[in-house]
Amino acid sequence: MLLIPCPWCGPRNQIEFTYGGDATLRRPAPDAPEATWVEYVYLRENPSGPHDELWYHGAGCRQWFAVRRNTRTHAILASAPIGQPLQEGADT
Amino acid sequence: MQRYSLFSLLGHALRGDDRWPRAWRAPEPKKSYDAVIIGGGGHGLATAYYLAKQHGIRDVAVLEKGWLGGGNTGRNTTIVRSNYHLDANAHFYEFSLKLWERLSQELNFNVMYSARGVLNLVHTPADIDAAMRRGNAMRLNGIDAKFLLRDEIAAWIPRLDCSPNARFPVLGGLLQPRGGTVRHDAVAWGYARAADALGVDIIQQCEVTGLRIESGAVTAVQTTCGDIRTAKVGVAVAGHSSQLAAMAGIKLPIESHVLQAMVSEPVKPCLDTVVTSGAVHFYISQSDKGELVMGGDLDFYNSYAQRGNLPKIAEVVAACTALFPSFGRLRLMRTWGGIMDMTMDGSPIIGKLPVKGLYMTGGWCYGGFKATPASGYTHAWTIARDEPHPLNAPFTLERFAQGRLLDEKGAGPYPWAH
Repeated sequence: MLLIPCPWCGPRNQIEFTYGGDATLRRPAPDAPEATWVEYVYLRENPSGPHDELWYHGAGCRQWFAVRRNTRTHAILASAPIGQPLQEGADT
Repeated sequence: MQRYSLFSLLGHALRGDDRWPRAWRAPEPKKSYDAVIIGGGGHGLATAYYLAKQHGIRDVAVLEKGWLGGGNTGRNTTIVRSNYHLDANAHFYEFSLKLWERLSQELNFNVMYSARGVLNLVHTPADIDAAMRRGNAMRLNGIDAKFLLRDEIAAWIPRLDCSPNARFPVLGGLLQPRGGTVRHDAVAWGYARAADALGVDIIQQCEVTGLRIESGAVTAVQTTCGDIRTAKVGVAVAGHSSQLAAMAGIKLPIESHVLQAMVSEPVKPCLDTVVTSGAVHFYISQSDKGELVMGGDLDFYNSYAQRGNLPKIAEVVAACTALFPSFGRLRLMRTWGGIMDMTMDGSPIIGKLPVKGLYMTGGWCYGGFKATPASGYTHAWTIARDEPHPLNAPFTLERFAQGRLLDEKGAGPYPWAH
């Protein structure tokens, strides 16, 4: 079981959360070139190792936040509210 | 290769049964090959077999970082079917099912294809409409499909709870009679043996670490057993396609997710078909050893760990006991996980990559095992002729940028939703 550290509620069981995918994507400007939009909508780094991703605490504070998690080991390295940097080793 | 037959069996029995030859060689890799296939699972070995058999390209190496069939070929739930709605998928998987039907004869290896039927249960009036629509689409594409009413299902599968008070009331089901199961390990072994007999070198414990690309064309594969020169590389490593593509500087529309499966303790025959339910996303069949083999959803987060977490196992077991209450008396014997290439439209990618001489078959989502023969057949065709076979022409990497998506479920670009 994943014990996910919600920045607002503390560590909680994964069944309280919904996954939101890659947190590094940034929505392009509406008039950005088509290739930029294709990359944003479809292409993913899909790293084997640390992965920054979004989670939604639907059965708790109902906030979206970011988590850095190792996709090879499932170890959670950091979590932070949206817009704040993910700091590994910080007390989450 | 010594052919397997009743006579060879009798001959070996009379001579003590201890002189069977190795089914395939264990050669040292050569310095160069006409083609190199990365990945020694069903798809890679099938690609090598059809390259040698259909296209006369026999100077081929298959590189496997672990052992044959140790990835998803040995981790699936062994189901084969072609009950798809979209034309491109229907034609492709139906071609695959036709190859399955005579694969044991083709390879002189018993892959234990069992046409026990695949039944998709329907639980709501909307489910009935969707099943009828898909069944009609299948029949228009020449694929067998039959709608069964609740009473027919209750008589056929007595352990399924078809009572009106069931947690998931069974209203009927869409059956594909020719669907069924195939022994997964035998697929890897059968293709390996047949490819080896045609001259293909199968090299295990050899991991690819890089691709050498000069002037936009592949020239060599870098491996833990040295560099191998080649002008054609086929990538068949679903689960890790993103890593291989990254060696060529290509970013794919794929996320890797873990999918779990599990078996109960073995019991006497009690379920002679494959039962699935889309509403609870659950599928179950009984192996020839007697175990009930079952699976359900992804764990729903990116993973390369080849193991998942308990909440998904609990969901699968809950679905199982709701549909088959008597199976609640059984114990789970084993659970495991495999890494899926989840694409942005739920359909695979088979074809050329934007580097000359580089090809891939991947992005299989949940559906890789049943596609093995057709994947190998069309991948080999694409490698040999440098152009796709009509069956895999729709499955290009470019379809995402071109808006020609093959989204069977209509879920949009959320790979874990397919």
